[in-house]
Amino acid sequence: MNKENIKAHKFGMVIDLDKCTGCGSCMVSCMSENNVPFKEDESNKKDSITWMRVYKLTNGKSFPETEIVYLPRPCQHCGGKGDHGHSPCVSVCPATATDYGYDTGIVSQIYTRCFGCRYCMGACPYHARYFNWWDPKWPEGMEKYLSPDVSPRMRGVVEKCSFCYHRYQAAKDKAYYDGRDDIEENEYQTACTTACPAGAIVFGDLNNPAHRVHEIVKPDPHPAPNNHYVVGKSRNPNIFRLLERLGTNPKVYYLSEREWVRKAGDNYLDGEWDKIKNHHGPESHG
Amino acid sequence: MKVDRRSFLGLGLGAVAGFSVSPVLLKLTDDSSIWTQNWPWTPVPVDGEVSYQNSVCSLCPGSCGISIRKIDDRPVKIEGLDEYPINDGGACLHGISGLQYLYDPARIKTPLKKNGDKFEEISWDDAISMVAGKLMDIRATGSPEKLACIADKDRGSVSGLLKRLVTTFGSPNFYTMPSFESYLELTATPLHGRGTTIGFDLENSDFVLSFGAGVIEGWGSPVNCFKANASRKERGAKLYQIEPRLSNTAANADRWLPINPGTEADLALGLCAVILKNNLFAGTAKFKGGFNKFSATLQNDYPLSKTSEITGIKESDIEEMATLFAKAKMPVAVFGKGRGDGSQSLKELIAVHTLNCLVGSINRKGGAFIQPVKNYLEFPAESLDGIAREGIAKPRLGRYVHDLVEKVNASSQPVVEALFVYQSNPCYALHDTKTIKQALGKIPFIVSFSSFLDETAKEADIILPVHTFIERLEDIPSGSGLAKTVVGLSKPVIKPVFNTKHPGDIFILIAKALDNAVAQNFEWVSYDKCLEAVAGRIWKSLAKDGHVILAEDVPEGSPEIDVTYLSGNPASVQSNGDGDLILIPIDNMRLPSAAMTASPFAIKTVSDEVLKGRDTVVEINPKTAKGLKNFDYVTLTTPVGSAKVMIHLNEGMMPGVVGMVKGLGHTFDNKYVSNKGVNINDLIGPVIEPGSGLDAAFGIKAKISRA
Repeated sequence: MNKENIKAHKFGMVIDLDKCTGCGSCMVSCMSENNVPFKEDESNKKDSITWMRVYKLTNGKSFPETEIVYLPRPCQHCGGKGDHGHSPCVSVCPATATDYGYDTGIVSQIYTRCFGCRYCMGACPYHARYFNWWDPKWPEGMEKYLSPDVSPRMRGVVEKCSFCYHRYQAAKDKAYYDGRDDIEENEYQTACTTACPAGAIVFGDLNNPAHRVHEIVKPDPHPAPNNHYVVGKSRNPNIFRLLERLGTNPKVYYLSEREWVRKAGDNYLDGEWDKIKNHHGPESHG
Repeated sequence: MKVDRRSFLGLGLGAVAGFSVSPVLLKLTDDSSIWTQNWPWTPVPVDGEVSYQNSVCSLCPGSCGISIRKIDDRPVKIEGLDEYPINDGGACLHGISGLQYLYDPARIKTPLKKNGDKFEEISWDDAISMVAGKLMDIRATGSPEKLACIADKDRGSVSGLLKRLVTTFGSPNFYTMPSFESYLELTATPLHGRGTTIGFDLENSDFVLSFGAGVIEGWGSPVNCFKANASRKERGAKLYQIEPRLSNTAANADRWLPINPGTEADLALGLCAVILKNNLFAGTAKFKGGFNKFSATLQNDYPLSKTSEITGIKESDIEEMATLFAKAKMPVAVFGKGRGDGSQSLKELIAVHTLNCLVGSINRKGGAFIQPVKNYLEFPAESLDGIAREGIAKPRLGRYVHDLVEKVNASSQPVVEALFVYQSNPCYALHDTKTIKQALGKIPFIVSFSSFLDETAKEADIILPVHTFIERLEDIPSGSGLAKTVVGLSKPVIKPVFNTKHPGDIFILIAKALDNAVAQNFEWVSYDKCLEAVAGRIWKSLAKDGHVILAEDVPEGSPEIDVTYLSGNPASVQSNGDGDLILIPIDNMRLPSAAMTASPFAIKTVSDEVLKGRDTVVEINPKTAKGLKNFDYVTLTTPVGSAKVMIHLNEGMMPGVVGMVKGLGHTFDNKYVSNKGVNINDLIGPVIEPGSGLDAAFGIKAKISRA
């Protein structure tokens, strides 16, 4: 890490799955904030653009032992192997339409650069990216509610969650105007975070020990000993990331006291989970 | 010039080489990418000055504070209002989608008059004088009671004005749609006396025993409940959820106890019996109405084994639940299945609330608050003429909307000459929609006060379109089981988008067009002035702070508890029909099912295990499915109707039960929301509970067969 990067932010979030009720506020707040369009039929979820999507997980047991949990999935803003900024999607984009912000840790998406090859969608292990198969269309008059902070996308480009980057820009502008060097924790919060009625989402700077997200996640700054690709693993045994062992280093963490939920965050061979579940820590996800 | 082979090839190659080195290729690629992306019809939102305006959302009874971000005059985003006493910054998906209702394709843009089966546009003046003319005719016959009115609620100044109009006209027939608030008052009245209601202090309770209440599915004041639920872990509070299906609330609860549908009242009484038998009840409560008889009957009628047999819950679980509940410091039992606004059995509501009474949770922190219904409005006394006095002295057609429907359908003479429908959609939201539409078809003159051309507005003869909540000033009293009472002020954040009016102004205009006997009761120049006058006591702080807290502390004193209703041993309702399955409704937070319809955003969030293409997906246990697979088509038949639906195998569903979501199957003109799935109210008929007269259908017997 060079000197300029010492003060770099690393924005991320932790979602408490035990608090999440699956109500959908985050999804709608995101759509409304980011001018996400809608179509007549949105029940084919493969072409339904939802930057934030809430998945339903079940423990697979039969009545009455069944359990359900909801898992909200924004873009994971991967840091890539070793957290060096080579996110799976950034690495494959031939147009530099998606890029890694070393000052924020946010993976950007520039719609006008994108020419729709969709390599990034293939590369993303989280299905967080969506392609505009059609031009967005709003019913007559409804375009009047569109926000000028986010440009509506056109047919033929890929879009995804930006951690509400325009809110970061607005907060920075305000700080600059006020003569401050940096922004406060509460000045930059994503639309899903502020909307969540259960307070299940906590957003902030993972590099800043004073931020709540850092306090909860307690990210390990060192690479995992037996998998050097994995950096920033939580030191809280109830916190996990999706497909953590891939080394994509997502900046979205999930919290659950229920073991089956944590197990659902990755794919394990038979018996593999039982070996590692009890000694969570750097060794566990080898 | 002679073109030989050599020069031809040379020229060709030269042209290719020249073309390749020229920027034409690059330019064309660049152009095409720009050209394919910058379609002129992709909107470019206009930038401007950012401002925030506070208001209150009235889409549902939750009454949350909202903050609207505006770009110049344009609202662009609705968010929860920080530090508002009900929702403190949180917002539900419907409130956030609020701006979509402004430009909804089904909005009524101008007054309409039905001509044959089409609507034609008319002016406001014509519309008002047509309505007034018809009303004058009715009044002239000396039967003003033949004007009936269905409203969404009877609290707040707008409903107050409407009720005043109907009363001074001379009709006692003012009805409200079923709501959780109405059930709270119905439950409190026989137990604690007329004019009382119940609030639940969920955020302080340490043991919530929920009889199917969808605490995180839109029950009560939704965002407030979400917050209370989310803080449960930190407070060490427990939630036990009793219902036949693993709802989101059940999944989030500490314990889910599946119960046979429709036996919740029996479980509550069984729990009361255990508490009484084991001497776990608090001696402080003041019971009357034959408490000893009630206690003895319970011991006799609900031995543990019998309760267990009826409800399908193990004896040990019932005993444990009763003990945990009685021994908790601040337990509270909550009722109202699902969102609490669907059909309910009064026996069940009272039985559940009796648990609160037995353990001393009445007017205790973390318990149930019994409080008088707060009236903060001071309308001047009504002055009635002879016709009106005679009219309102006549008997009502019944207590509830379904009574009105039944009377209209049963009579060969028109018992209702004119019907007002204000912000409610009975043709969609009440059981057995066919009979509702049939009744409306028999009423000669229907006036709809709606913002949207919904199922009921379509049946109207005149539609007087009203502003949406974002376009109007209105006092919004909280209710819905909140422990505190807050009156919020909804404010217009945008000029009316269409040629609509404020409902309050419309009522005043209609009254003024009637004869002086009615008109003299409406001397305000506009609704705004009227609100300022009638909210006199609290108006200043309401206007300044945007809300007024009328009550938030634990009410003092312990009210009397009259157990007469239960000691009369009322019968339980059964589900109709002869199918081998029971169809029950599912309340889904993402799908509104009452007057508010879903927004395109809300529909977009609905799972494909609930709505797939144009088909409703019903849930059944794999054991019940008998070889059917996910997304197979089946025909679901009940005594009331049948529908083709898809099935989804859900281990969280009790075997023998079919669950269908409420809120689909709309038929109005909004392709994003309508013509999707089945309206469950087409399949379920009302079951009238003896004693209360309520429609208490919790489900209906059903059959499925492969379609």
